[in-house]
Amino acid sequence: MLLEVRDLEAGYGASKALFGISFDVDEGEVVTLIGRNGMGKSTTVKSVCGLLKPFDGEIRFRGRRIDGRAAHHVCRLGIALVPEGRQIFPNLSVRENLVMAGRVRPEGREPWTLERVLDFFPRLAERLGNGGAQLSGGEQQMLAIGRALMTNPDLLILDEATEGLAPLVRDHIWTSLDALKATGLAMIVIDKELDALIGFADRHFVVEKGEIAWRGSSAELVADPSIQEAYLGV
Amino acid sequence: MLILEQTLNGVQLGVMLFLIASGLTLVFGIMNFINLAHGSLYMAGAFTAAWVQGVSGSFLLAIPAAVVVTAALGAVLEIGLFRRFYARNHLDQVLVTFGIVLVANEVTRIVFGPVPLRMPLPPALAGSIEIVPGLPYPTFRLVVLIVGLAVAALLWAIVMKTRIGMWVRAGSSNRPIASAMGVDVDLVFAALFAVGAALAGLAGLMAGPILAVQVGMGEPILILALVVTVIGGIGSIKGAFVAALMVGLVDTFGRVLLPPALGSMAIFLLMALILAFRPKGLFPVHG
Ligand SMILES: Nc1ncnc2c1ncn2[C@@H]1O[C@H](COP(=O)(O)OP(=O)(O)OP(=O)(O)O)[C@@H](O)[C@H]1O
Ligand SMILES: [Mg+2]
Repeated sequence: MLLEVRDLEAGYGASKALFGISFDVDEGEVVTLIGRNGMGKSTTVKSVCGLLKPFDGEIRFRGRRIDGRAAHHVCRLGIALVPEGRQIFPNLSVRENLVMAGRVRPEGREPWTLERVLDFFPRLAERLGNGGAQLSGGEQQMLAIGRALMTNPDLLILDEATEGLAPLVRDHIWTSLDALKATGLAMIVIDKELDALIGFADRHFVVEKGEIAWRGSSAELVADPSIQEAYLGV
Repeated sequence: MLILEQTLNGVQLGVMLFLIASGLTLVFGIMNFINLAHGSLYMAGAFTAAWVQGVSGSFLLAIPAAVVVTAALGAVLEIGLFRRFYARNHLDQVLVTFGIVLVANEVTRIVFGPVPLRMPLPPALAGSIEIVPGLPYPTFRLVVLIVGLAVAALLWAIVMKTRIGMWVRAGSSNRPIASAMGVDVDLVFAALFAVGAALAGLAGLMAGPILAVQVGMGEPILILALVVTVIGGIGSIKGAFVAALMVGLVDTFGRVLLPPALGSMAIFLLMALILAFRPKGLFPVHG
């Protein structure tokens, strides 16, 4: 098992948002966290990445406890985040946004370098000298994904990677993610576009009020429309 | 001739102010932390240098000593105390750093006594150079000017061209995301603080032979550095550089050309004028 989350409880200040979340991700597997607004999906991945200290529960990456560890430690172990809202550094150029995250990891698959990221997103190569804030939404999303790849992760977490993008741009992002999946990169994907997720991911976890309300494969999700009705509002 | 000489004096004061203000503005802009004890690091640099020179007889040895000691002091203060105050309000920060100023002054008085220390210059630096025929200018002031400009260029290159500089800027604009990208922001900020402290120490060391090395020497220079920080735009290295030169020149010429009462006020008039038109300073960093 690559990532194991057990009975995760977390929140903000005194208010709890997660009440015992458990899920797991296998090597090379793509899973989703789905659910309506404010149910705790972002809070879950923030806890995994070390951006939020869990109140309780366990998070293991390759068997090693990572809950409560600092975000930069978690990143260096091989978990990368494409955050909600993209969060490009506006005061850094496109090139700097990529280079700042660059990290060589000796083991594993073919490493991501600046050249390889620019080959993967040729659009960014044309914008290297631009400031991060001058990009379009789609370009910012590519940059956020490229920046995460620069850390050479074994697990990529994408929080609302297609939110607010035009349909054409969205398709382009999904195509890129397909290509990443083909490299054997494991992913956790949070997204509102259920159709795309069903075709893309292996397993799904429905988050409802800080708990996992349902779990299953894409086939099971398609087979049971009542789940979509009950938890996803479709 | 007078104009050239006073211009050099003004620029030299400016680069000294830049050395102090650069650390202040980075710490203020990036950690949102007001460090009144920055002037005490300047004093620490001057006293360390004067003491090492007094004991060893070597001015050359005093330079690395002052830089290393103030960098270490800065790191200890940041890790041991100041980082706990980044999230607190500015009043708490002012109180704790002003407390450090009082303690630093008292400790220095106890250790070194109330009499100013002297820092004689080595013969090679003590004379003057004819920069244009008929105009001798003190060699040491020229050295200060050149060192200041070189450090400014180096600092700019580090912040704008290196990966460490990218981490500093990334950490300043979005700390959690920078750490999620693998940057140890705590470490980067501690190093940044230490560098800022070392620059203040360097300024103190260079001020030693020109001004008196005495208790309380940090406070007047801190006020000037705060003026520079505010005029330049809080957090902006470029702003600090431009503003430091402006303040250096205006202060120098103000004292020469204007009546005394007005001359000493010139930089504050400058600040009021600039803030009236650019409330966030010349080069605002955040919006
Ligand atoms: N920074 C914060 N401070 C306080 N409460 C927060 C914060 N962020 C989220 N919350 C609360 O925590 C709960 C879970 O929010 P979370 O962002 O994890 O939801 P989400 O499933 O990602 O929703 P969305 O689809 O809108 O992104 C919500 O009730 C939300 O109001
Ligand atoms: Mg969310």
